[in-house]
Amino acid sequence: MKRITVALAGNPNSGKTSIFNMLTGARQHVGNYPGVTVEKKEGSCKHAGYEMTVVDLPGTYSLTAYSIEELVARNFVIDKHPDVVVDVVDCSNIERNLYLATQLIEVNVPLVLAFNMSDIAKQKGLVFDIEQLSGLLEARIVPTVGSKGKGIAELLNAIIETARQGKTERIHKINYGDEIETELAKIEPLITNTEQQLAEKYNSRWLAVKLLEQDSEITEKIRNKEILETVTASIEHLRIIFGDEPEIIIADRRYGFISGACQETIKSTVESRHSRSDMIDTVVTNRILGLPIFLLLMYLVFFLTFKLGEYPMGWLEQFFSWAGATIAGFWQAGSENWLKSLLVDGVIGGVGGVIVFLPNILLLFLAIALLEDSGYMARAAFIMDNIMHKIGLHGKSFIPMLIGFGCSIPAIMGTRILENKRSRLTTIMVIPLMSCGAKLTIYMLIIPAFFPEQWRGPVLWLIYLTGIVLAIFCIKVLRLTIFRGETIPFVMELPPYRMPTLNSVFIHMWQRGWMYLRKAGTIILALSIILWAAGSYPKPSEKSLVGLNPEQAQQTKLQYSVIGRFGRAIEPVLRPLGFDWKIGTALIGATAAKEVFVSQLAIVYAVNETTDKSEKSVKSVAPTLREKLQASYTPLTGFCIMLFCLISTPCVATIVMTRQETNSWGWALFQFFGLTALAYTITLIVYQIGSLII
Amino acid sequence: MTEEQQTRQKQARPLSTTKAGETVKLISIEAGRGLNSRLASMGLLPGVEMKVISNGHPGPFVISVKDSKMMLGRGMAHKIMVV
Repeated sequence: MKRITVALAGNPNSGKTSIFNMLTGARQHVGNYPGVTVEKKEGSCKHAGYEMTVVDLPGTYSLTAYSIEELVARNFVIDKHPDVVVDVVDCSNIERNLYLATQLIEVNVPLVLAFNMSDIAKQKGLVFDIEQLSGLLEARIVPTVGSKGKGIAELLNAIIETARQGKTERIHKINYGDEIETELAKIEPLITNTEQQLAEKYNSRWLAVKLLEQDSEITEKIRNKEILETVTASIEHLRIIFGDEPEIIIADRRYGFISGACQETIKSTVESRHSRSDMIDTVVTNRILGLPIFLLLMYLVFFLTFKLGEYPMGWLEQFFSWAGATIAGFWQAGSENWLKSLLVDGVIGGVGGVIVFLPNILLLFLAIALLEDSGYMARAAFIMDNIMHKIGLHGKSFIPMLIGFGCSIPAIMGTRILENKRSRLTTIMVIPLMSCGAKLTIYMLIIPAFFPEQWRGPVLWLIYLTGIVLAIFCIKVLRLTIFRGETIPFVMELPPYRMPTLNSVFIHMWQRGWMYLRKAGTIILALSIILWAAGSYPKPSEKSLVGLNPEQAQQTKLQYSVIGRFGRAIEPVLRPLGFDWKIGTALIGATAAKEVFVSQLAIVYAVNETTDKSEKSVKSVAPTLREKLQASYTPLTGFCIMLFCLISTPCVATIVMTRQETNSWGWALFQFFGLTALAYTITLIVYQIGSLII
Repeated sequence: MTEEQQTRQKQARPLSTTKAGETVKLISIEAGRGLNSRLASMGLLPGVEMKVISNGHPGPFVISVKDSKMMLGRGMAHKIMVV
């Protein structure tokens, strides 16, 4: 069995992912390229005695040094020496898609072109002279239909043949025209003679072209002054001749080469201008209908993720409370020890807390896969762009932010739909400000305790609105400070509408779910166990519990534990917000999960509480707890509790998710402390001013 | 720069002033090198013909270039000069 590495390159929307799925099936591994937040997908497949490792490069239009995705793709092609590079080309849109191929030709890698979507090209009436085109481009060409698995065997054969052949000298070169070629002829020999190492690794003509394009990464690599001086002089000279940057002229010549090659080899038989996509677009992006259709679809996404997710979530919760009860049954009343508590409250509680998000994540990514694969996502960005751009974000950011109202965990994972790193980080940072479902349980406890019937709706509305306003404020601030930069140049392709395939939708869903469990799940579990230990240890002596009823005993235990002590210790800090140590203790406990705030508060107030944390217990505990709260605090404090919970300390799962998606604990901690500081400041202002007025 | 190029440059107007249905020719893009190069790789080069599909005032622009539809932010449409 021979091993070879195959890299898949291609434009966004060229159907690269469907080819990747067809080649590798479920044998895929998703990770990140070292040091950057660009996703790396790898898979494997066997064919005709070869074992192939297939690497899916990020979708790019070109191989410049301007975007991190392009750099990642380029460095992989050059540094990792894949045996074959497959360029997936949307052949219904051939000229634009071949642009990347011209650059791969220039690097001179063993190349195979997958002419994907050949069915759509046929419908459009395009006829290719594959043989001749293949001769001109000096690469094997295989027509494929990735979504239907057509041409995959032929593609595999072509890959193996190309790998066997290895690197060959090219006969045809892209001619950049006399003026540029003259300059290239000056630079090329200089590189070959003085930068031998570079010239060996890269192709010296390619290096020369990149230098004329003022490619920052390549220019930095050149040590020889003479080369740099020659290049500067050449660029100046070309600027004067053409009245434009050399890189634009070079791009123009590449397109010239493509249209030359296409003119001889592609015939268009039917003149079909009005495609189905155009008709759908006239409705979907219509000035009046566009927004309502978008909102309806968003409602469906939200509904699918959370309403439909409720059922499996309920089953999982039931399962875990059953598992907890079963395991607890091994200990007879009175003989319970630390092991029982660790297993039932720590491990099962923790595992349950991790898995309970899984249905949401799977369903959200099902919805996202459908939106993306069908081509609607680009239109959604189009429709929301106007509003989102005003606050400095990409139109697509709207989707994860909306999901944030359900739960931050899938929302943060959902920011993967954003290509721009700054845009993505900004969105991740503010997602916890969207009141999630767990925070709602806190509001449901507090609001009826302090506010008369007619005020309840408006107060809840005010809290949600505060979150949104703060999010916009934070985005503005972040975009002006740490995430400053040219506002994302908004250029996006609107791909034609396509029918999503079940295969790719399910692979997408499965990948995300697995990634969540493997990466985030393990850390969330560990942190939940630590929090459980902090809430259970150290234990007070048995003597001090004598004569107390179960509720009072639980109260004493919590006060004695690390969390209880910590809650007391921070009381002086929380005092200016109108909070006492009881609220402090509940707040610390709530880092495990926001809804824990309610049960912790119940323990602190020694209110009878059943052991499971399902919604029912919140309801049963609420009336008595509300009375106690009413007796202890003013409505202003009540409002401040909600305000603080809204803004502050995202839960453990959110912190871990941010760390996973940003690939750095730095951003996760920044989010954690930043939001907590913001919460403190705002609650302080509201409480202090409020106390003066009331 | 030839004389023809110069006169063209003078007549050029921003893409944002065009109407849906117009077919125009790109003259230049008044943006930084990074953006220029990105647009070039997507086929937006001087001399290319494009059709304005929608001037979704005040939203983004949709144009059709080389068989593909592209959406540009309003800011971008101001920077692209066409005749």
